[in-house]
Amino acid sequence: MFHRLGEATLNSFEKLGRGSWFLWFTLRGVFEVAARPGLLGAQIYSVGVLTVMLITVSGLFVGMVLALQGYTILSDFGAEETLGVMVAASLVRELGPVVSALLFAGRAGSALTAEIGLMKATEQLSGMEMMAVDPVKRIVAPRFFAGVVSMPLLAAIFSTVGILGGHLVGVGMLGVDDGAFWSQMQATLDYRDDIFNGVVKSLVFGFVITWIAVFEGYDSLPTSEGVSRATTRTVVHSAFAVLVLDFLLTALMFGDF
Amino acid sequence: MDEAESDAGCLVTVRNLVFRRGNRKIFDGVNLDFPQGKITAIMGPSGTGKTTLLRLMGGQLRPDSGKILVDGQNVHALGNRDLYELRKRMGMLFQSGALLTDLNVFENVAFPMREHTRLPESMIRTLVLMKLQAVGLRGARNLMPAELSGGMARRVALARAIALDPMMIMYDEPFSGQDPISMGVVVKLIRELNDSLGLTSIVVSHDVHETNTIADKIYILSEGKVVGEGTPGSLIRSTSERVQQFMTGAPDGPERFHYEAPDYSGDLLA
Repeated sequence: MFHRLGEATLNSFEKLGRGSWFLWFTLRGVFEVAARPGLLGAQIYSVGVLTVMLITVSGLFVGMVLALQGYTILSDFGAEETLGVMVAASLVRELGPVVSALLFAGRAGSALTAEIGLMKATEQLSGMEMMAVDPVKRIVAPRFFAGVVSMPLLAAIFSTVGILGGHLVGVGMLGVDDGAFWSQMQATLDYRDDIFNGVVKSLVFGFVITWIAVFEGYDSLPTSEGVSRATTRTVVHSAFAVLVLDFLLTALMFGDF
Repeated sequence: MDEAESDAGCLVTVRNLVFRRGNRKIFDGVNLDFPQGKITAIMGPSGTGKTTLLRLMGGQLRPDSGKILVDGQNVHALGNRDLYELRKRMGMLFQSGALLTDLNVFENVAFPMREHTRLPESMIRTLVLMKLQAVGLRGARNLMPAELSGGMARRVALARAIALDPMMIMYDEPFSGQDPISMGVVVKLIRELNDSLGLTSIVVSHDVHETNTIADKIYILSEGKVVGEGTPGSLIRSTSERVQQFMTGAPDGPERFHYEAPDYSGDLLA
């Protein structure tokens, strides 16, 4: 049993090492990507734009639920007017980056892994190498940077739509004062503490999810089973990484140690 | 120094190649010469590492020892940049075709040109149509790879392999899985392209008949070693048992029909 444990530990560290090398090569593709913005644009479309609908609908409902839940608690203390603050702060600080990252991992991360894994299984990556085209620069790097760019934008859309959803329920249905909803939010939310930190979180999440997704695809066994396992690993590991990192980042940003 | 060692008139030379996968020796001191402008075939039973050999030549795998010279350059001593420069002059036809599935036929053939040259669009169009005409698929330019038959996909891949006018092409099992007609097309294309473009062709195959009709020179590999070499005619007359078994397709011979196993009767009664 100890033998197995040791082997598993060695394997995961070895994979981490390979993943880091791979990340380094991917990052070096930045010049290639900068020189050909068309490649990046196409990937931002498939990684980011195609995820917007999912993010919008989810954001709307999360915001609506927040307002509903928040109202029942806040009204006990007669503090309904701070509903706007509560909805906006939870979204901008936590739910926006985290929930959109989880959705992003499920929608875009899995697609990236499956796409790259299948390209590997059908020898397309190998064929590219033989055509003297580096697949890491040509295929992986644009997808990676597209993910890093898209994630904060998606999180911003999520939070914005969520706040509108909260307004819809809080002001429209539950009768919270419209002026108070917005002015309290404006007065309380801080640009650096709340919004900037939220953007940093979503940048980190985007970086990690896309890294995991492209690496799992590139590293997958070139069989149908290998690709399906890699896709599953992408979603599971990204979700796990997002939740752990969220705690660490929150502790760093807001914790008083 | 490297140039001096490679035989005159040979574009690719392989010297004392040793390659292991795990404990298994795929190649055990193999020497091969590929003369310029000729079609040289590598034959052997499945699993003798014929595809591996092509990957070693393309620098995608590293040998454990020995060296491979392509156009006088030691493939595995090159830096990444030089290796990529060399690959631009080497075409490779994968068994599956390895077409990019998100691009149509035209864009697939144009891909190497767009990646490596700054030719104007009109020039690329002319070149792509010429390459497609050479493989008889100019009319299929707007199809997607998924809409092509296996034989057509291989011809598109061939057009792509010659897109940058390479000095050589490596064919990985070009005849396998083809119907008789598309097989004939491929045989004709390999010969025609070799002669008209002045290419050096390396064909890896286990189809004895087709290979015999086009190869100028054949090597037969078995268990990591070269067991026969020569022109198709001389190999058919070879007295070596291994060569005879392979050329005639006898089910049992030096290459055993049975995978290595314990004694049959003992195994059944165990």
